[in-house]
Order: sequence, then C-alpha cells, then structure tokens
Amino acid sequence: MDIQLKRGLLDVCVLASIKTQDSYGYQMIKDIKPYIEISESTLYPILRRLEAASLLTVRTAEHNGRLRKYYSITDAGRQRLEDFRTEWNELNSIYLYVTREV
Amino acid sequence: MMDKFDFLEELGNRLVGLPKEDRDRFIEYYSEMIDDRVEEGMTEQEAVADIGTPATVAKEILSSFPLTKIVKEKVKPKRRLSAVEIILIVLGAPVWVPVLVSLFAVFLSVYLVLWSVVLTFICVDIAFFAVVIALLAAFTGLLITAHVPEAFACLGAGFIMAGLSLLTMLFVKLLIKGVVWIGKQIILGIKYFFVGKGDKK
Repeated sequence: MDIQLKRGLLDVCVLASIKTQDSYGYQMIKDIKPYIEISESTLYPILRRLEAASLLTVRTAEHNGRLRKYYSITDAGRQRLEDFRTEWNELNSIYLYVTREV
Repeated sequence: MMDKFDFLEELGNRLVGLPKEDRDRFIEYYSEMIDDRVEEGMTEQEAVADIGTPATVAKEILSSFPLTKIVKEKVKPKRRLSAVEIILIVLGAPVWVPVLVSLFAVFLSVYLVLWSVVLTFICVDIAFFAVVIALLAAFTGLLITAHVPEAFACLGAGFIMAGLSLLTMLFVKLLIKGVVWIGKQIILGIKYFFVGKGDKK
C-alpha cells in the first residue's frame, strides 16, 4: 500500500480502536493488526501526533501494581472519524467511476 | 535470550543521545508493552523476542525522531559555560565555523552530485526521445519522396530508439528511488553519529 495512504489510515485506525472505550497500547495493536500492519514503533509516533493534535488524551492509571497508559478519544478525534466517513464516500464514488464496466 | 531488564537497558544505551525526557518515555512505553505481553501468558524472553531486538527498535525510533531535536540536545551544554570557555569558543570561531560549514558543504555536494547523475540520465532520455521524433519525421519525409527502403530503415531505427528511451526512463525511475533512499540513510547516519556519541551511563 502507498506509504502516505497507509499513514493516514493508521491515524484513523488508532482513533477507531478507542472510539467505544478507552484502551492501552498493546490492546490497540492487537485490535488494529487484523486490518492493517502496525507495530510498537509505528504506534508510538502516531499516539504522540494524535495527542499533540488533541485528537486523544492520555492518562496513567495503576494496573496490577504497575502503571499503564490509557488513551481516550476527544470530541475533535470523533470529528476526525466523521470527516473520514465523508472522505470515504467521496473516494467511493471515485472508485465506482474508475472500476465501472465498459 | 534477553529478558526485560536487558532489553530496556540496551535500548536505553542506544538512545543516550536523545533528550532524557523522550528516552524515558520510550523506555516506559516498551516496558509497558513487555508487561502486557507477559500478563497474557508469554515469558519475558518471548515478549522481548516478539517486540524485536533493541537495535531494530532503536533504528525505527531514530528514523521517526526529528533530527533537529537530536542535534539541539547534543549542542545544548550540560552546564553553564565558564568565561574562559566562552572566550575560547569565540576566539576559535575562525577555525571551527569554517570546518563545520565545509563539512556540511561536503555532504551536500556529494548528495547534489548524485542528483546531477539523475539529471544527466533524464537529459539522455530526452535526447533519445528527440531522436525518435526526428526518425519518425524522416520516415514520413522519405516515404513522401518515394525512398521506401530508406524510409523503413528510419522507422525501424525509430522503434529501437523508442525502446531505448523507455528502458532509460525505467532506469531513471529506479535511480531516483535509490538516491532518495541514500538521502534517508545519510540523515539516519547523522542521527546515529549524534546519538552514538553520548556518554554511556
């Protein structure tokens, strides 16, 4: 897949993995992996970028006697997912045009 | 086989050149990733193996870490400079400024030379293409003036040149990919240079 396209898709996949409930790093990787290739080292910069853009927030909570970081989506993050839906509809009409039967 | 402690220690050593705050965040992040795997039933060794070697992880971290931040961290003095040091730096400027500038210029010109090689091949390709057009024109001209064998000789030559031109185009495409890759490697190399020079703690 094209690198630029993959980058954009990874961003929304990460947001989608926390849209119903907060999650943590390893869980997010497990949730996203069936759909798109992702590793620890690719996830990290995405989380930082999304946090800097206020699309998600981070909090540290205790879990089994150690600290774990939990990520939750913000309203702006939900808006980003909404925008993705609109963009996708536009893309889909282009797809239909490109692949129409001759 | 590495356990969690070995992994995090080696990763930390490989990231000494990064700002401490960022390094700590990476260590914390990978520590959590190992713990979560262990909680699911893996042994520490399996969890570490699943994540990768410290070398590959450090490489991936450096690739996506901004170069400017690395350099800034390296240049930032660890303590206040004494008056003597400041004087030395200022007096030494005629020496170290040109050295630094020329070092930078050398890197830049090597890279520019690579791009001019690419440009050369693009020109060659354009020339090939021009020849194709000329041969096609000759073909029409000769055909009109009833020089049939010569006309078809030109047409054949035109096809050969068109093939060459297409091959060159593919070659140029590969060349551009290669030079872009080399550029990325140079930046990664500079990052390693700065990060690797950190005092091992």
